[in-house]
Amino acid sequence: MDDLYREVIIEHYKNPSYRGKLDPHDISFADNNPLCGDHIQIDLRVNADGVVTDARFDGHGCAISQASADLLLESIIGKSLEEVKKLNKDSVLELLGIDLGPVRLKCALLSLKVLKAGVYGLGEASDDLVE
Amino acid sequence: MLNIEQIRKDFPILERETSNGKRVIYLDSTATSQKPIQVIEAMNDYYRRSNANIHRGVHTLAEEATTLYEGARERIAKFINAASSREVIYTRNTTESINLVAYSWARTNLKAGDLVVLTEMEHHSNLVPWHMLQAERGIELEFIPVTENGLLDLTAYAALLTRSPKLVSFAHMSNVLGTINPAREIIRMAHEAGALALVDGAQSVPHLNVDVRELDADFYAFSAHKMCGPTGIGALYGKSSLLEAMPPFLGGGDMIKEVKLRSFRANSLPHKFEAGTPAIAEAIGFGAAVDYLKAIGMDNIAAHEHEITEYALERLEEIPGVKLFGPDANHKGGVAAFTLEGIHPHDVAQILDQDGIAVRAGHHCAQPLHEKFGIPATSRASFYLYSTKDEVDLLVNGLYKVKKMFG
Ligand SMILES: Cc1ncc(COP(=O)(O)O)c(C=O)c1O
Repeated sequence: MDDLYREVIIEHYKNPSYRGKLDPHDISFADNNPLCGDHIQIDLRVNADGVVTDARFDGHGCAISQASADLLLESIIGKSLEEVKKLNKDSVLELLGIDLGPVRLKCALLSLKVLKAGVYGLGEASDDLVE
Repeated sequence: MLNIEQIRKDFPILERETSNGKRVIYLDSTATSQKPIQVIEAMNDYYRRSNANIHRGVHTLAEEATTLYEGARERIAKFINAASSREVIYTRNTTESINLVAYSWARTNLKAGDLVVLTEMEHHSNLVPWHMLQAERGIELEFIPVTENGLLDLTAYAALLTRSPKLVSFAHMSNVLGTINPAREIIRMAHEAGALALVDGAQSVPHLNVDVRELDADFYAFSAHKMCGPTGIGALYGKSSLLEAMPPFLGGGDMIKEVKLRSFRANSLPHKFEAGTPAIAEAIGFGAAVDYLKAIGMDNIAAHEHEITEYALERLEEIPGVKLFGPDANHKGGVAAFTLEGIHPHDVAQILDQDGIAVRAGHHCAQPLHEKFGIPATSRASFYLYSTKDEVDLLVNGLYKVKKMFG
């Protein structure tokens, strides 16, 4: 359990590299975690080949939700949207390097849910996106 | 005074350890209380010795099960000083009790434009049933404001009453602020204005001496699981004159006197509102919980919780960056909701959990109240008859640890 607050998570929480907004952007999406009121918005820039060239997140929440957003965005820059669509729960857990119970999993996966809903151009983010 | 050591021995779960070998420090009784061995045994005994469906059976087991089930109801009725056990309806929980009033009483008695007064500190269970009725019937909703220090603004309430509401529905005790609202005064004012009063007693019945007749409550809702009883059972108290006039809630077996192919006649109270096979073992556990609390004495329990709460608020206030919500210990029950500057409540709760300390983080099903105070979430420690000052000290030490981690 101590692992939950590994150095890397606290570091990404306290000093995120990808916090902010992108204006202009090609894709933008936001959602809440209704359980705890965490909120995340993600903006992406995508080039003509469908490759992510820049990404930012904004919002508020616990260390797990914010650190996973930062790590996730770091991991997708340079990737194609098709590759982003393939990301799942395990991709995020691998980035965080920890195991999570069902409640905190929701915190960790909020950014992926928002990211994929944006990439797919959906009206609403659903849990199915991160299964 | 309570013999805490003795009481703690009644709760087997308080002896268990978490996966990393820490003793459980349970500070989440507002969400659900722990269960004493007396309650667990009562339910076990029922399944081992007396299990049968109740009411119509004439065999030994059915007789026994019925006696146990109805006997529990009688003791629950006495516990809140209802005039008769016919006024105590078994439900699943507080939420279902409130919904029963919203479906049966309100849908019969309220029409478009009628006003229901709630408060800003309500649990979602005393908000959403009324939102649903508003969407369906066009009733109006108003809210008694909460002041900065977590009390209801009774002057504003008096002003709302001039609009002749039909119902005032409020929590006797807040599950976030801990505020113990002046229920008798609120009900008296409601009655003077011609309104009925429904009380959400989810937090009050477990912690205070509640007398529904002294309060003159029209309806009073509570849950067994927050008062040492099992989940899956609660109660709605209602004045018999009101309950008699209300149509049934759910239809089916047990709630009928007679059924024809094309019609039915409803059963008498309280069975009219209890369709289908109920939670029998849970009702028996509920009865055992009431016996347990009564033997210790509600006044003793309230005094103990007051002492712990006063101590907890004092110690928490010492911690730089802690902001407490709700009134001082003299106006509240055993609840301490707080934020720790710059650290999300989820992280607070998770790090405390590493030391075996169980607190809750989130909006505690009171999102509008959190919005009012401009915060998405709080951490909440809550206390019950088995809580100790040692546990408060461990919580405080844990919070210093959290601060260090994020410092
Ligand atoms: C004030 C209040 N009202 C209602 C409820 C709902 O209780 P239940 O979930 O048992 O229906 C709770 C439980 O958290 C509560 O604290």
